[in-house]
Amino acid sequence: MSDLTDLYQQVILDHNRRPRNRGKLPTANRVAHGDNPTCGDQCSVYIRLEGDRIAEIGFDGSGCAISQASASLMTTQLKGKTAAEAQALFDNFHHIVTTGEAPEEISDVAAFAGVHSFPARIKCATLGWHAALNALKSEPTDASTE
Amino acid sequence: MSTPDWAALRADFPTLHQDVNGKALVYLDSAATAQKPRVVLDALQDFYLNHNANVHRGLHALSMRATDSYEAARLRTAKFVGAADPAEIVFTRGTTESINLVASSWGAANLKKGDVVLITEMEHHSNLVPWQQIALRTGATLRYVPVVGSDAELGLDLDALDRLLTPEVKLFAFGHGSNTLGIVNDAADLCARARKVGAITVVDAAQTIGHQPVDVRAIGCDFLAFSGHKMAGPTGIGGLYGRKALLDAMPPYQLGGGMISVVDFFETKFKPSPERFEAGTPNVADAVALVAAMDYLDAVGREAIAAHDRELAAYAATALAELPGIRILGPRPGQPRAGLVSFALKDAHAHDVVTFADQDGIALRGGHHCNQPLMKKLGLPSSTRASFYLYNTREEVDRLIVSLRRIVKFFSGV
Ligand SMILES: Cc1ncc(COP(=O)(O)O)c(C=O)c1O
Repeated sequence: MSDLTDLYQQVILDHNRRPRNRGKLPTANRVAHGDNPTCGDQCSVYIRLEGDRIAEIGFDGSGCAISQASASLMTTQLKGKTAAEAQALFDNFHHIVTTGEAPEEISDVAAFAGVHSFPARIKCATLGWHAALNALKSEPTDASTE
Repeated sequence: MSTPDWAALRADFPTLHQDVNGKALVYLDSAATAQKPRVVLDALQDFYLNHNANVHRGLHALSMRATDSYEAARLRTAKFVGAADPAEIVFTRGTTESINLVASSWGAANLKKGDVVLITEMEHHSNLVPWQQIALRTGATLRYVPVVGSDAELGLDLDALDRLLTPEVKLFAFGHGSNTLGIVNDAADLCARARKVGAITVVDAAQTIGHQPVDVRAIGCDFLAFSGHKMAGPTGIGGLYGRKALLDAMPPYQLGGGMISVVDFFETKFKPSPERFEAGTPNVADAVALVAAMDYLDAVGREAIAAHDRELAAYAATALAELPGIRILGPRPGQPRAGLVSFALKDAHAHDVVTFADQDGIALRGGHHCNQPLMKKLGLPSSTRASFYLYNTREEVDRLIVSLRRIVKFFSGV
């Protein structure tokens, strides 16, 4: 299973078992939901935008290890970033999962390079990211009613 | 009845004999689509090589031959499902189209506000969405017979069914075999209950048609839908059985050539069933190849296939139960299990399971199995399914278990 252990690197297993920033954010003012109809994976992303920066971010949902770990890692990457920075980070992540070319420097996102050999799973890896970018583009929501 | 030589039959299916990811393929996804024996592939090729022509319109030799073969396929299909009259068989693309035909034609003509359409919570989206949408369009009310019981004792709530079967129920549609739960419902009993209130019955036989004897007269249904590709036949062909009187009273489903008797600029007279429901050039080649599949299954024996599939599923369920943290779905004791087992592992999501098993050459299905509302009710975002057919073996089940043990170990980290 050498290919697979590549895919499910320690980083991914760790984020899957102990997801970061998991749970609905009561203070969120941007929310979006993503799902993958072919497999039923779901991910909601909650963001509190302060000025143009992501002050807080959380996610919940259900899905495979790849989708859950990716969403978890995504939240750690996006905290404190602007929408433009978030887009750039996604572009970088998308490049990694579609080409398998990991950046030189050692980073957690590089763990997702193995996904590119499993094209059916790329959608799993990008589910949470898409939800986050959609949340950033969405209309502000009233945090108290969410 | 002599027991079939299962190992020899396995050799009839060319697709099975290949390596996937360096391992001999173990195909455990026949509930999605079955592999085809060589006789089916040969029949398909023979039609195109030697007899290809359009049907019902030509007077030349090939056209007459093609028409004869197509109508012979209808007769054979009628016999296969126990219909008295070949005119009660409409060829369609498969189960989905057959159900859509009944919903759009019978449903649009007969349903109105105040009527009830009854289906069950275990329906495939193909036997749910058409009814949901026709109910929305006609103002009829959609109701569900609940699925009750714990994981390994699931079934329809028959008391609730009897309560739900009021005179307002105009139609009751249900799956003969569930593609998710591995349950086979007692179709004859369900139809008898529905008949008491005069409801029209629609049976989705997608999961049973190739796996056990299916006889529309024994079941006593009004409509029965099935797909060729799940019974070792080609994709793109399937059928709808409908009682003749009902079919003849239904408006056409699609309009065009082949289904008309007289066309004027401003009005058209339609042919009777089944032609009325087969607008356009039909799928002649696949209908002809479907005959080869039916002949093949009957030569093996559908009772024998049912016993074989269920024995394998029971063997698999027993072995799976040994895995730590597993939830196995299944019918109540005493109710027959279809030839499949669905399960969920605590630490590994169905998609991760399917990806890992694929690396071991094992084809499984993971997800919501086109049954989202039911999975939600069971509190399972997804499950993994192993499904069996006449060509599967105990050795393949053993390979599945070895692979799953490794997966559980990897994800639980112990
Ligand atoms: C119970 C059931 N109904 C309907 C269908 C739909 O069949 P088809 O896709 O061949 O139309 C399936 C196929 O998965 C099924 O399992």
